[in-house]
Amino acid sequence: MHEMTPPPGATAPVFYEQEEHAHGDGGTLFGFWIYLMGDSLIFAVLFACYGVLGRNYAAGPSGADLFDLRLVAVNTSLLLLSSITYGFAMLEMDKERVSKTLTWLAVTGALGAAFLAIELYEFAHLIREGATPQRSAFLSSFFTLVGTHGLHVTFGIVWLVTLMVQVRLRGLIMENKRRLMCLSMFWHFLDVVWIGVFTFVYLMGVMR
Amino acid sequence: MFSNVDLQQLIFGRLSLEAIPYHEPILLVTFAVVALGGIALLGAITWYGKWGYLWHDWFTSVDHKKIGIMYVVLAIVMLLRGFADAVMMITQKALSVGASEGYLPPHHYDQVFSAHGMIMIFFMAMPFVTGIMNYIMPLQIGARDVAFPFLNNFSFWMTAGGAVLTMMSLFVGEFSRATWLGFAPLSGAAYSPGVGVDYYIWGLQIAGVGTTLSGINLIATIVKMRAPGMTMMKLPVFCWTTLASNAIIVTIFPVLTATLALLALDRYVGTHFFTNDFGGNSMMYMNLIWIWGHPEVYVLILPAFGIFSEVTSTFCSKRLFGYTSMVYATMVIALVSWLVWLHHFFTMGAGPTVNAFFGIASMIISIPTGAKVFNWLFTMYRGKIRFETPFIWVVGFIPTFVIGGLTGVLLAVPPADFVVHNSLFLVAHFHNVIIGGVVFGLLAGVQYWFPKAFGYKLDPFWGKASFWCWLVGFWTVFGPLYVLGLMGVTRRTQHFDDPSVQPFLTVAAIGVFIIAAGILAFLIQLLVSYLRRDSLRDLTGDPWDGRTLEWATSSPPPPYNFAFTPVVHDLDAWWDMKRRGFDHPMEGFKPIHMPKNTGAGVVLAGLSTVLGFALVWYIWWLAALSFVALLAAAIIHTFNYNRDYYIPAEDVVRLESQRMAQLAGRA
Repeated sequence: MHEMTPPPGATAPVFYEQEEHAHGDGGTLFGFWIYLMGDSLIFAVLFACYGVLGRNYAAGPSGADLFDLRLVAVNTSLLLLSSITYGFAMLEMDKERVSKTLTWLAVTGALGAAFLAIELYEFAHLIREGATPQRSAFLSSFFTLVGTHGLHVTFGIVWLVTLMVQVRLRGLIMENKRRLMCLSMFWHFLDVVWIGVFTFVYLMGVMR
Repeated sequence: MFSNVDLQQLIFGRLSLEAIPYHEPILLVTFAVVALGGIALLGAITWYGKWGYLWHDWFTSVDHKKIGIMYVVLAIVMLLRGFADAVMMITQKALSVGASEGYLPPHHYDQVFSAHGMIMIFFMAMPFVTGIMNYIMPLQIGARDVAFPFLNNFSFWMTAGGAVLTMMSLFVGEFSRATWLGFAPLSGAAYSPGVGVDYYIWGLQIAGVGTTLSGINLIATIVKMRAPGMTMMKLPVFCWTTLASNAIIVTIFPVLTATLALLALDRYVGTHFFTNDFGGNSMMYMNLIWIWGHPEVYVLILPAFGIFSEVTSTFCSKRLFGYTSMVYATMVIALVSWLVWLHHFFTMGAGPTVNAFFGIASMIISIPTGAKVFNWLFTMYRGKIRFETPFIWVVGFIPTFVIGGLTGVLLAVPPADFVVHNSLFLVAHFHNVIIGGVVFGLLAGVQYWFPKAFGYKLDPFWGKASFWCWLVGFWTVFGPLYVLGLMGVTRRTQHFDDPSVQPFLTVAAIGVFIIAAGILAFLIQLLVSYLRRDSLRDLTGDPWDGRTLEWATSSPPPPYNFAFTPVVHDLDAWWDMKRRGFDHPMEGFKPIHMPKNTGAGVVLAGLSTVLGFALVWYIWWLAALSFVALLAAAIIHTFNYNRDYYIPAEDVVRLESQRMAQLAGRA
C-alpha cells in the first residue's frame, strides 16, 4: 500500500527514541506563569472598573475623605517585607535547610496575616463611617479591587500553612520544592498587584 | 423567635415547592421524558453492573483520550437540549403571527432563547472543541498525555458541573431571561429578581474554571511536550489552531469570571457596578462581556479551521498548501480577535472615531481568513481527492462559510450595521459562521477521527445523509432569516403583528426539521456503525492514509499512546515515516511512567455544583458547608503524593505484539 523503500543512498533515519527520559517539571512552572497571567487579567478588569467608576461618588465620600495614607504605608511595608522574607525562605530551600526554610515561611505568613489584619481594620472603619460598598460605584469598585487582593493573600496564607505542614512531613523533596516555587511566584505577584493598588487607588485617590 | 417561615427560609433559602414548574405542561412533559430516560439509563447501568467500570475506567480517568470522549459525549447531549430550544423558538415565531399568540408565553420564550444561546456556546460548542483538542493534540505531537492529567479530569467535571446546574434550572425554578450574555442592567437585581440569572452566573462560573484550567493545560502540553524534532514550524496545523484557541481562552475567561463576579456582587451584595443608580455604569458590562464574547467565537472557529486543514490535506493526499501562511493567518486572527469587541454595539454611542477603528479592525480579520480559504482551495487543486464523509463537510463548509464571512464584513461597516443591528440578519450571520464553520468542522472531525478513537469507521451512507440534511436544513432556516433581517425584523421577538413575515418564518420552521433529520441521521450513524463495527473495522490504525502522528499508533491507541516516543523530521511526520521505511520497533520495551487515576476531580466539581446550587437559592448554611468541604477536599488532595505508576514492560510487550499480529494479519 505505502512505498516502503527508502530513497537510494539514504541512511536509515531515526524514527523513535528507545531511551525513556522524564519530562522534568518545567511544565508546572510554565503553566503557573500562564495562570498568573490569567489572574492578572482578573485584576486588570477590576482596575479598569476602578478607572471608570472610581470618581463616581454619588454624592458620597471620596478617596481624599476616607484614606489614611499612614495606615496604608505601614500595610505596604509589611507586604513588601513579606516578599523579601519569602525570598529568604527560597534561599534556605536551595541550601536544603528544612528548619530555616520553615522559619522564614512562618515569618512570611505572619507578615501576610498582619497585612490582612490592618486591611480588615481599615474596611471595618470605613463601613462604620457609612462608606459601605453599597454607598457608591466608587466604593463598590474600591472594596472589590482591594478585597480581591486581600482574598488572594488569604488563600496564599492557607496555601503557605499547607505547604509548611507538607515540608515538615516529607522534607524538601522535589514536589515540595516545586510547590514552594509556585507559591513564591504567587506571593511576589500579589506584591506587584499591591504596588498597583497602592499607586492607583490610594496615592492617586487622595489627590483631588 | 423562629416562626415557621423563618425556619423554612433558614433551611431552604428561597427554595420552595413553588419553584417546581408543575403548572407548565411543556416542562412537565419534558421532565417526564428526562426522568424516564434517566431512570432507564441508570437502571440499565445498574442491571448490567457497569458502575464500577464507569467509575474506574472513565469518571476517574486522567487519560486525555477518555476525557476527550467524555467531553464530546457531554457536547452531544447538550446539543440535543440546545436544539430542542431552537425548535421551540422558531416554531413559536412561525405560529405567533397576527391574532395567534403561539404556544410560548413571553416569560417562557425569553428563557428559551437565553438558554439556547448560552447552552450552545458553553455546553455544546466548547466541550466539543475541547474534547477533540484533548483527544487529538497529544497524539499529534507524539506525547503520552497532557501536561497536567489530573487537572484535565478536574476541568472536564467542572464543565459537566456547570452543565448540570444549568439543566437543573429547567425543573427547579427558572432560567435567565436576560439573553445568553446576561446583559446588565436587565440582569441586575432590579429587573431580574428571580433565580434565573443566578443559575446563569453560577453555571458559567463553575464551567469557566474548568475551561481556563484546560486552556493552561493544553498550552503547556504543546509548548513543553512535543516529540523530539518537532519544532514549532513542524507542528501540525490543528495543534497550531489549538494553541491559538487556548491562548485566547486563558486571556478571555478570566475577564468573563471577573465580569460575572461583579454582576453577582451587584445582585447579592448590592454594589453598584452595572446598576442605573449610585454611579453604576451598565456600558462597562457591555464592554467587558464582549471583550470576552468576541474572542470566544475565534476560540471555537480556529480549531474548526485546524480540522478542515487536516481533513483537506489527508483527503487530497497532498501536503497542505501554504502551511506557513496558515500558521501566520491563525495567529493574526487570534491577535486581532482581541481588538474588535466594540463592533457588537456600534449603535450605542461610542462615536464615529471609535466605531471606525473597530469597524476597520473587524474587516481586517477577513484577510487572514480569506488566505485560509485560498489555502484549502489550492490544496485541493491538483490533489488526488477522495470524497469520503469527512471531506464532503469541507466542501459544504467553504461556500457556506464564505457567505457567512461576507455578511460579517457587511456588518463590520458601521453605517450598514446601524441598519441591520439586532435584526434577524445578524442572527442569520452568526449562525452562518457558527453552524457553517464550527459545527460543520466538529462533525467533520468526528467523521475523521472516530476510527482512531474506536477502531472502526463510521457508516458512510448515514454520514452523507446527515451532511445533506444539515446543509440543506441550514440554508432553509437561515436564508429566510437573512431576508427578514433586511426587511427590518428584530431578533428575540416572541410575536409578530405583520402577517407578511409568516411565509418566511414558516419556511425557516420547515428547515429546522430538516436539520433535526440531520442530527437524527448522525445518531443513527453512530448506532448503525456500532452494529456493523466488524465490517467497518480498521486494524491498521491508519484508515485514511493519514499524514500526522495520531495515525502512527493503533486504533484505539494504547493508554501510553506510543511505546517509543517518535522522532520527527518533517511537517507531515507520519507520511514521512511511511515514505522512508519506518519499521515498527519490536524489542527493547521499557516500563512506561503514567499518571494514576483519581476521584478527586469528581469530588471537587461535585462540591462546586452543590455550592452553586446553594448560592442560587440563598441556602447559606449549605453554601458555607460546601465551600469549607471544597477547600478541605482540595487541601487533602495535595497530600496525596502517590500520583503515578509504571506500566510494566511485559504489558507493553503484550499490547505491542497484539498490534503487530493485527498488522500482519492484514498484510
